[in-house]
Amino acid sequence: MGILSGLGGFKVTLKQIGEPRVTRQYPEEKRPKPPRFHGRHVLNRYPDGMEKCIGCELCAGVCPARCIYVRGADNDPDAPVSPGERFGFVYEINYLRCIHCDLCVEACPTEAITESKMFEFSFTNREDAIYTKAELVVDDEGHPRRMPFEDWQDEDEEDTSGWVRATAPSGDPHFEGVVGWSGELGHGIRLPERGQSEISEDEMAATFRLREVLADRISRKIGGKVW
Amino acid sequence: MPLEDLSYNFLTGNVEKLVQWARKASVWPATFGLACCAIEMMASGAADFDLARFGMEVFRASPRQSDLMIVAGRVSQKMAPVLRQVYDQMMEPKWVISMGVCASTGGMFNNYAIVQGVDQIVPVDVYAPGCPPGPETLMHAILTLHHQIQTGEILRRRAVGERGTTLRMVGEPATTKMLGGAEDLV
Repeated sequence: MGILSGLGGFKVTLKQIGEPRVTRQYPEEKRPKPPRFHGRHVLNRYPDGMEKCIGCELCAGVCPARCIYVRGADNDPDAPVSPGERFGFVYEINYLRCIHCDLCVEACPTEAITESKMFEFSFTNREDAIYTKAELVVDDEGHPRRMPFEDWQDEDEEDTSGWVRATAPSGDPHFEGVVGWSGELGHGIRLPERGQSEISEDEMAATFRLREVLADRISRKIGGKVW
Repeated sequence: MPLEDLSYNFLTGNVEKLVQWARKASVWPATFGLACCAIEMMASGAADFDLARFGMEVFRASPRQSDLMIVAGRVSQKMAPVLRQVYDQMMEPKWVISMGVCASTGGMFNNYAIVQGVDQIVPVDVYAPGCPPGPETLMHAILTLHHQIQTGEILRRRAVGERGTTLRMVGEPATTKMLGGAEDLV
């Protein structure tokens, strides 16, 4: 009994004054995200500007939350949007239904839809949450478009989803089981299928060699396997 | 007499800003932690991402002492009248953050048991997407709310049909179209 014995309990509390702080000052200090972190989706394009989405609706079919709405349309032979016969004419994702499971990324045969690492966003009404194709597709430099209610870091575009994919492009069995990096967000390194474009075989091969150089650089940096 | 009735002059303008700052700097949440999102809300309140830095460390159990209702988790049909009752017991000014996709739209549970969006029951100010939204996303939503409080755009009582009091559909919403081309049958 006595006053001093009652002060023993404060020893623990006062010792905390000298302990290191673990609090992250959030808006000023953000923590780095691990690779392949699930965030907001982007619709990718090839380096020549064509969209990768072929409007097959596999992503909408596999989505467990039914948050993707896709409608395909036939490519105009004079002005094809994607290499191939069809392209994604309507593409919408409702981010107030999306659970960020990335099954759509696994299901996509052309790696058109991948997820960046940006997940810090909030809305004040429900219509803002329905992202249309214009907001999802990458711009001409291969960077995702940034909306005013999103909080992008530059690292959110790097080391995004490289996946063991559920379907191999063109049915090639060599792709299965291999984790591939798609040359980062936006621009891919794979030769697009020869669709209605008028580039000759030699020109395509020449540009593909250029892409191989880029691919080489990427594999040295990350140590990933490149096909 | 509410502040917005006074004609704006130097003195009352500054008082209004002070009041808005005070309201923003000490928002006391009432937890409506219903499901998994509640874990992320607790994580936001814990030491790593501290909500106490924003003055929000006291999660009041009583709605009469709180300003902000964070609906964290899916609201079942059985819970819906309880939610409304708790919201009604809060005193003005009060705000609602709908945390996670289940509270915002029903999320992946598009069925008969879950209310498809808590804004069918209470007016929502900010929706935080994610399943669950991490502490960073919840804090982004909270900071959005703070910005709204500070600029005063949230001070007015909401009219019917405005900002989530009833769900507005503009044009034809794409998500009600049936997949597989069956919309001709609808």
